[in-house]
Amino acid sequence: MGGFSFSRKPLEVALLREAIADPVCGAFATFEGWVRNHNEGLAVLRLDYEAYEQLGLKEGQRILDEAMARWPVRQLRCMHRLGRLEIGEMAVWVGAASAHRDAAFAACRFVIDEVKDRVPIWKKEHYASGDSGWINCQRMPGADTGQPPPASASRA
Amino acid sequence: MSRIHIEYFAILREHVGRDAEECRTSATTAAELYSELDQRYGFPQMGRLKVAINDEFRDWDTPLAEGDRVVFIPPVAGG
Repeated sequence: MGGFSFSRKPLEVALLREAIADPVCGAFATFEGWVRNHNEGLAVLRLDYEAYEQLGLKEGQRILDEAMARWPVRQLRCMHRLGRLEIGEMAVWVGAASAHRDAAFAACRFVIDEVKDRVPIWKKEHYASGDSGWINCQRMPGADTGQPPPASASRA
Repeated sequence: MSRIHIEYFAILREHVGRDAEECRTSATTAAELYSELDQRYGFPQMGRLKVAINDEFRDWDTPLAEGDRVVFIPPVAGG
């Protein structure tokens, strides 16, 4: 479960932290993403996460490798939850350990930003109204412009 | 004609009503295959799609080969 991984069971912080422990490191930065009960003004009841795992594992590892090449971090991991999650559950965990704090903070921030942008994971929100929607694909005004792919997408 | 394996995720999986299918197609690129399937299923509009062939991101004009595994990737939302 090193590097980037997916989990269908609740993430256990103590285990994740233990796996990163390194006597050379004096700094440890983490990011936890939690399921929140609202989005875009709608009351959210729960989420479903789904991933294209084969590609997701590769892309996730590439992100970690890029961060390791860019900052002197000794340990860097990210685990993303899949399946049904309730409000307050942890959806993603990133941990970065380094000799000094700057690298750990920077790498941790980079990893979560890139994971959200690049790893093929999808989130379906279920609303109090009984409605549901795939985030960034439907009903999200902040999403992309709605252009379909082929002709225009080849060099996007 | 080549035989292509297609997998669907998230909004596309729900729209098509299955998570995978085999397709015999004369499409020569990923973009042509998407157009062909879009005519069949009327995919929802959903922003910028990407495509993966054999578990790697590829350009839409990548040529398809017999037995390729193609996945259309809707806008992602991890984290």
